[in-house]
Amino acid sequence: MSKTVLIVGGGLAGTIVANGLCRQLGNELRSGAVNITMLGTTETHMYQPGLLYIPFGRMREQELYRDQRRVLDRRINFFVDPAKHIDVEKNQVTTNGGRTFRYDYLVLATGSRIMPQNIPGMKEAGHWFYDIEGARKLRDALGSFQGGKIVVNVNAPHKCPVAPLEVTFMLYEHLKAKGLWDKTELTYTYPIGRLHALEPVAHWAKPEMDRLGIKYETFFNTESVDPASKTIKSMEGVELPFDLLITIPPHQGQQVIEDSGLGKGGWVPTNTKTLHRDGSTNVFVVGDTTNIPISKAGSTAHFEADVLIDNLSTLIQEGCMARDYDGKVFCFIETGLSSGTYVWFNYTTPPNPGPPSQMVHWFKLAYNRLYWLSARGLL
Amino acid sequence: MADRQTIDARGAFCPGPLMELIAALKLAQLGDEVEVLSSDKGSVTDIPAWVNKVGHTYVGTVEHDGYWSVVIKKAK
Repeated sequence: MSKTVLIVGGGLAGTIVANGLCRQLGNELRSGAVNITMLGTTETHMYQPGLLYIPFGRMREQELYRDQRRVLDRRINFFVDPAKHIDVEKNQVTTNGGRTFRYDYLVLATGSRIMPQNIPGMKEAGHWFYDIEGARKLRDALGSFQGGKIVVNVNAPHKCPVAPLEVTFMLYEHLKAKGLWDKTELTYTYPIGRLHALEPVAHWAKPEMDRLGIKYETFFNTESVDPASKTIKSMEGVELPFDLLITIPPHQGQQVIEDSGLGKGGWVPTNTKTLHRDGSTNVFVVGDTTNIPISKAGSTAHFEADVLIDNLSTLIQEGCMARDYDGKVFCFIETGLSSGTYVWFNYTTPPNPGPPSQMVHWFKLAYNRLYWLSARGLL
Repeated sequence: MADRQTIDARGAFCPGPLMELIAALKLAQLGDEVEVLSSDKGSVTDIPAWVNKVGHTYVGTVEHDGYWSVVIKKAK
């Protein structure tokens, strides 16, 4: 009888897993011993890291999107029909469209979402670039900005942990080039007592901000935003005025995870090495959906997906797991509009970013195109 | 009834123990406890300092072999 691999979520993690399984399980797919189904929420696949470039006019919107059916291997049964309830006891998922999908192996790749509505006033007064509507709105706001106070405000938890620093340094160069820097006061806020969670990145960022004249406020966890007085207030008791608020809103996992009782906040308790959902032997979790205490980032999703492809293939073909996830994360860091660096680490190797260079920036720009090879499971 | 959850942030370079605690407290109910396991000695001072600053309750710290258990109660 055919074994069904059901993948819930069509973002980067789910897409890499689906395409990678097709490459590993060609014989089984041909004979009908295995079938792979994906439940997505949209017909399009978005390159999310590209959103960072939209407000600065450095990428076109159409460059961010591909037809998901063309990104996916043709052997995958793809349905745009979001999961409504995931029943890990009965091994089945029901959808908004009223379908029921049974599975032998389930991959949860539902991802995360921004929740500006969780902080009073943030949705009304804030700008962000973590979704396309926000990126467009921020592009317009930057286009009409003539100087004043900008606050770049970071909230926990959030995905793409270096993006707040990137947007800050890119803003500096953008405003400098437009002749507006002298009329601007830019303040960066961060939830803990340094400028970035990664200590070496924080140590690099602080003198850079001092050198450029970017102000910062650490231990700043947003309590509320007042759209009328244009002020943002922290739980720690600091209030900052702004003319333009660029926020990285707090994130949560998807509602279907909470509604199915699979994890508070939409984060699924997950084994840090095998990526099994805690308590399940046939349910795996990848990407932002896990509660693993590491960066929520595209590269995390990618490296987890690579491990899961090997493990699921080996489980189906040989009845055992292949290897453990080692916690690997890799992030490019844009340090302006023409320079960049990168950082990588895993569960046992601390991060050690090198000095920024133009070459790394160019490689990041190249990766903005190469991404589609990653999604197809080729890179 | 108050709940208690444990975050195992040992060896976590990013986002790290305090960021994990901040995220967990947002989802917790008043009176819930959060235990953070950290292999970073800085957590022993950073976490209580932040908790006192924002008005949650620091319950205590226990040192284990190579890591610390820091317990917080959500108070606001």
